[in-house]
Amino acid sequence: MDKHTKTPYEDLTCVTVDQVGVEERVSRLTKRSIKKESKVWALKMALSMCDLTTLEGKDSPGKIRQLCNKAIRPHEDLDIPSVAAVCVYPSLVRLTKSHLKGTKIQVASVATAFPSGQSNRAIKLAETHWAVEEGADEIDMVISRGHFLAGEYAYVHDEIAAVKEACGKAHLKVILETGELSSLDQVRKASELAIRAGADFIKTSTGKVQPAATLPVTLVMLETIRDHFYATGKRIGMKPAGGISTAKNALQYLVMVNETLGSDWLSPSLFRFGASSLANDLLMQLIKEKTGRYQSIDYFSKD
Amino acid sequence: MKKDKKEHALNFETPFQYAPAPESTAPVKLKERYALFIDGKFQAPSKGIYLPSINPATEETLALVAVADESDVNKAVKAAANAYKGVWGKLPGKERAKYIYRIARILQERAREFAILETMNGGKPIRESRDIDIPLAAAHFFYYAGWADKLDYAFPGRKAQALGVAGQIIPWNFPLLMAAWKIAPALATGNTVVLKPAETTPLTALLLAELIQEADLPPGVVNIITGAGETGAAIVRHPLVNKIAFTGSTEVGKLIQRSLAGTDKRYTLELGGKAANIIFEDAALDQAVEGIINAIFFNQGHVCCAGSRLFVQESVADQVMRKLRDRMSTLRIGDPLDKNTDIGAINSKEQLQKIQGLVKKGIAEGGDMYQADCSIPKKGFWFKPTLFTGVSASSTIVKEEIFGPVLSIQTFRTADEVIEKANNTPYGLSGGVWTDKGSKIFKVSKQLKAGVVWANTYNKFDPTSPFGGYKESGLGREGGLHGLAPYVHLV
Repeated sequence: MDKHTKTPYEDLTCVTVDQVGVEERVSRLTKRSIKKESKVWALKMALSMCDLTTLEGKDSPGKIRQLCNKAIRPHEDLDIPSVAAVCVYPSLVRLTKSHLKGTKIQVASVATAFPSGQSNRAIKLAETHWAVEEGADEIDMVISRGHFLAGEYAYVHDEIAAVKEACGKAHLKVILETGELSSLDQVRKASELAIRAGADFIKTSTGKVQPAATLPVTLVMLETIRDHFYATGKRIGMKPAGGISTAKNALQYLVMVNETLGSDWLSPSLFRFGASSLANDLLMQLIKEKTGRYQSIDYFSKD
Repeated sequence: MKKDKKEHALNFETPFQYAPAPESTAPVKLKERYALFIDGKFQAPSKGIYLPSINPATEETLALVAVADESDVNKAVKAAANAYKGVWGKLPGKERAKYIYRIARILQERAREFAILETMNGGKPIRESRDIDIPLAAAHFFYYAGWADKLDYAFPGRKAQALGVAGQIIPWNFPLLMAAWKIAPALATGNTVVLKPAETTPLTALLLAELIQEADLPPGVVNIITGAGETGAAIVRHPLVNKIAFTGSTEVGKLIQRSLAGTDKRYTLELGGKAANIIFEDAALDQAVEGIINAIFFNQGHVCCAGSRLFVQESVADQVMRKLRDRMSTLRIGDPLDKNTDIGAINSKEQLQKIQGLVKKGIAEGGDMYQADCSIPKKGFWFKPTLFTGVSASSTIVKEEIFGPVLSIQTFRTADEVIEKANNTPYGLSGGVWTDKGSKIFKVSKQLKAGVVWANTYNKFDPTSPFGGYKESGLGREGGLHGLAPYVHLV
């Protein structure tokens, strides 16, 4: 067990968040009507931002191969981009990396006792080192929610900073698991903490806890990123993950990014979707925009 | 205020352009010309004069609308008086309620048609007419229909008697909603109505007249006559009118008050405003910025309760200004029928000229102007969302109601200071307070001399809530239980 005392993190003063106001803003953003050429543009952009993810105990080499093939060439007919990354457990990083050799697709690995984070720092750091050594370009870590909710902000901060150091050149995404944080004020606080501790990306959820990504939570995180940019000029990335399965929902996220952070963030280098079933719905909508007809889901490969 | 080059600037020039998503005008079937709705029928005006009503976003004529003169007004008031004596005044509350419920239901069914026409005639974005104006208008009818048979409970121990004929004159900023605010309580309390919509935006009121025919309301209970100031004056003067309900400018309100002096006519006046919207440093700033936007740019600022004087606590002023400017770069101004439009057209050429004149004065008096960087259509009446800093209580644009998308911004240091500044105006209709601290909300809002104070939100309306002003913002309340009182004698 780690030795830790309840150290106040004196610097953690945050602006407050008004939930009613956030929900109103979200409802206004989701009423944007995205049609025709802007829809096609956004669908392609969303696809290029996907982190195709498989995080199951039963993941097999076959499943990884299938997922990588899908990542490289999501659909045979369409003039469409590859996805941004493939996200797996550390044990499958090397295999994933070999399948994606020669492409620009990143290999992301979860680490730090994903999804609960219930382990000690040494093990978390060791796991991070291992994933990086196996070839991960990106590390998706989880924060220690128990410590965070207990107000042990310094502990959480230092842990993130240590993992960041262990990442070396790999990019660090910090998963806040907002479904366990209970309020938007806490989401704001955790976002600030993660950014200050060195996160390259902040990410909503593991996908293992409900609710996972939501628009209000994402808005609060984007606003934190915006304030950090105002203060420092540094661009932190954002990844909503879990629960985004429809193209319509994905476009709502893109509208939110567009109108909160502007066009610089409309890029896979600063915005990602952590999702597994979203890609097929995006493809389906793209085919529909091209041909005017919906195809059966059976025409789309399931990972 | 110029953008500081050293700031890290967000880039809102985006490849993600939303393709136009215009609402179809197909559901609206306009007639070529509209006569006066008197005694349940559309009747030609006695002098045969019709004036065009236009779409302010395109300047195209939508329809010709009759101008009622004194004799037409007389006819309408007599029809209302007869309907009061003959039918409506004798009808039990629960029977009146049935008619009002029917109006509410038909309005809901035909909401899309009304929303589109409201946007065509008034220039407001379809997002607002669809989500706010029309649903709220229906809600007002539903709400007051509920009171019609419960007046004994509204005024316990008293008997509420109708007054007779209510003359109602409404403005152009919320044409149908204001008609609903006026007609619903009048009918619920057993009065009959002569309503005059504004000359620039009569079309949804005339569509409401058709709806009232469809609802089979007894002839003469609601009469809707069109025309300009002269028509309104004739209603105010008419001896058979028992009550005047007016919403509009303070200037006209004063004229009405003068002409009613010495008569026993009751009146309520809903007039101008110059509301203070106060942001404290402990507010949820991102949501407060959204609140500033809603407070001043809702309906192009054509709102009597618009938060047109912004007060920001000095410690967060730079931050708020920066967020506000960035938020303004994402506002979409243009075709009001486009579902993605945030800011529509200015209601009329006359109003546009008034706004332009005041803004010119603001610059001449030394204010720093900032306008959102957006393109505006060539045809129609448009004004870019505008901020003024470097202004003070003595600046014309801080004192006068602009009734447009123009916000003046001042800073403050303490609560006492801002309360004094906020109350330093002849108006007192509304105000806003933004803070995370509940106790501060109560402390400040209690001292604001304003009829409505919103905390951590702005421009929220509900039929159950009374609305009205202090000082030169008016007399009497509309909405809620309070809104019944001006329409009854209590015995």
